[in-house]
Amino acid sequence: MTTDTILAVRDLKKYFATKSGELHAVDGVTFDIKRGTTLGVVGESGCGKSTLGRVILHLLTKTSGNIFFEGEDISEVSPKKLHELRRYMQIIFQDPFSSIDPRQTVSEIIGEPLLVHKLYKDREDYQKKIKSMMDTVGLASRLEDSYPHELDGGRRQRIGIGRALMLDPKFIVCDEPVSALDVSIQAQILNLMQDLQAERGLTYVFITHNLSVVKHISDDITVMYLGVLVEKASAKELFKNQFHPYTKALISAILGIKRENKRKRIILKGEISSPIEPPDACRFAPRCIYAKEQCFHQSPRLVEITKDHYVACHFAKEISGL
Amino acid sequence: MGNKLLEIDNLSVHFTVNNQTVKAVNGLSLEINHGECMGLVGETGAGKTTTALATIRLVPNPPGKIVGGTIKFEGENLLEVSEKKIRAIRGNSISMIFQDPMTSLNPITRVGDQIMETILLHEKISKVDAAVKAQRMLELVGIPANRYDEYPHQFSGGMKQRVMIACALVCNPKLLIADEPTTALDVTIQAQVLELVKRLKREFNTAMLMITHDLGVVLDVCDKVAIMYAGSIMERGSVDAIFDDPKHPYTQGLFKSIPDLDEETERLEPIPGMMPDPSNLPQGCAFSPRCPFSKEICETHCPNPVQVGDDHHVACFLYGSEKEEV
Repeated sequence: MTTDTILAVRDLKKYFATKSGELHAVDGVTFDIKRGTTLGVVGESGCGKSTLGRVILHLLTKTSGNIFFEGEDISEVSPKKLHELRRYMQIIFQDPFSSIDPRQTVSEIIGEPLLVHKLYKDREDYQKKIKSMMDTVGLASRLEDSYPHELDGGRRQRIGIGRALMLDPKFIVCDEPVSALDVSIQAQILNLMQDLQAERGLTYVFITHNLSVVKHISDDITVMYLGVLVEKASAKELFKNQFHPYTKALISAILGIKRENKRKRIILKGEISSPIEPPDACRFAPRCIYAKEQCFHQSPRLVEITKDHYVACHFAKEISGL
Repeated sequence: MGNKLLEIDNLSVHFTVNNQTVKAVNGLSLEINHGECMGLVGETGAGKTTTALATIRLVPNPPGKIVGGTIKFEGENLLEVSEKKIRAIRGNSISMIFQDPMTSLNPITRVGDQIMETILLHEKISKVDAAVKAQRMLELVGIPANRYDEYPHQFSGGMKQRVMIACALVCNPKLLIADEPTTALDVTIQAQVLELVKRLKREFNTAMLMITHDLGVVLDVCDKVAIMYAGSIMERGSVDAIFDDPKHPYTQGLFKSIPDLDEETERLEPIPGMMPDPSNLPQGCAFSPRCPFSKEICETHCPNPVQVGDDHHVACFLYGSEKEEV
């Protein structure tokens, strides 16, 4: 951890109790995020990426592990402290249809954080702040009295972004913010998020299953599989060299739009296995074509394989011929 | 021209909602040859699904109504055949896979029986033989036959979509309409299902209408592609022609909106604005309000498709389209 690090997570775990046993949604995740950068978290449904985002923000209570925000351990905080922290740590949700109150107007939604945190001088100041935020996120001021159902998905997502930015946070968890949007609108929102990051020095954790989006927006990327991080590197590096067999398959499965760059696809067998009381083994072993004896008895640790490139695989070196 | 399987000509489908006419499909024309895979691409609300439903006469009426055009399947206009005849065609010569495998299977019927139901409806065959056929079909889509007696909730999303594909292909249809078949699936599972679709297409020589918003899927499985916007086809042609040289400003905009995996793009170039409200379409070309090349004529008249290359048509005045006669 350096002073550059805005958020650090150490061995974070989140288990859910289910009828058939403990579900290991997040199982020992460790990473750092540098101020003003974007960390992409990719993985398929059920890999625990959304749970991870929510545990970091204390929207879900962790099972164990530590979270540091600006060097301060915020793993255990009082409700009062948490209220204060929320000013600096915000979230943008995936579904712009269900994450905003259908009975509030646009200006009420965007202004609510100000009321909650009493961050305005008077009525006039409150209105002014809402107007300027609507302008920032590209919502026309004539929409201030509209209700969410009158707006399309792209505009609703702008409301969600406006609400998250209202308190001038430093750190935002973006949980699949563009997945529900059409490509032409998706591109508008991605550009907006990049502009806001540049203007305000924001730090993003960008959770998504869309690999082309994550490559476009992230500085660093971490790949998650069944609650654990399997690979982590800079975005450029990860798309150039993959060391984990899962990452290799994942990236090969992306459908590009360039005819000359059709890639050789690795088709994985089977599907993600159960996260309920998983054995101490590599989570990916049942689907892995390289799996050996050891993979089924010992879970691999995330280790640095080349400079700033981390991978959790017993045989990463052999597989990649290093 | 014996090779044409499906010919949709000048199809229009309107919905009446709250006394307003929503023009979901406007004068759409499309052709699919035997054994050919056509991708129909467009954004939410472009009218893709309505086009598919109209093809098998499943547009809910009311509120929807096919107000004009013809849909010829093997030379016969499906819009004029009897209800009995169209029921014999659905699931038999033309079948459909829906986007959401979670809601399109019957939750309280065993998956094997759901496949068998299709067979019994269309073939004179004993129940025992139908069950054997259903089991073979399950294995063909990569599901062990011993899961015949399980219920949909015991299957994952990818497996359910395989069951749907089995239901759709069991009567060996000539045309398969697939409405966003992989949208609800994860990328690695999507890869598995697309491989399966490609394999089955080769084995059965089924023609396909693949509806998707994902240009990557089109490049992967289709031979031809039609780009749809606000109920009309803006551009159509072979996949090679359109991916190499998109002509319509909308198609170009779509390609620029997608982050490229192989190149570094600092900034995406989104299409400004958004799709017009289908109950209040602009008078001329539906794309003109968002088009960077819009001219006066674009705002007053609709362009007719014009041929710009071998198997490449575009409806845009930039390429010398004629005015549509009103």
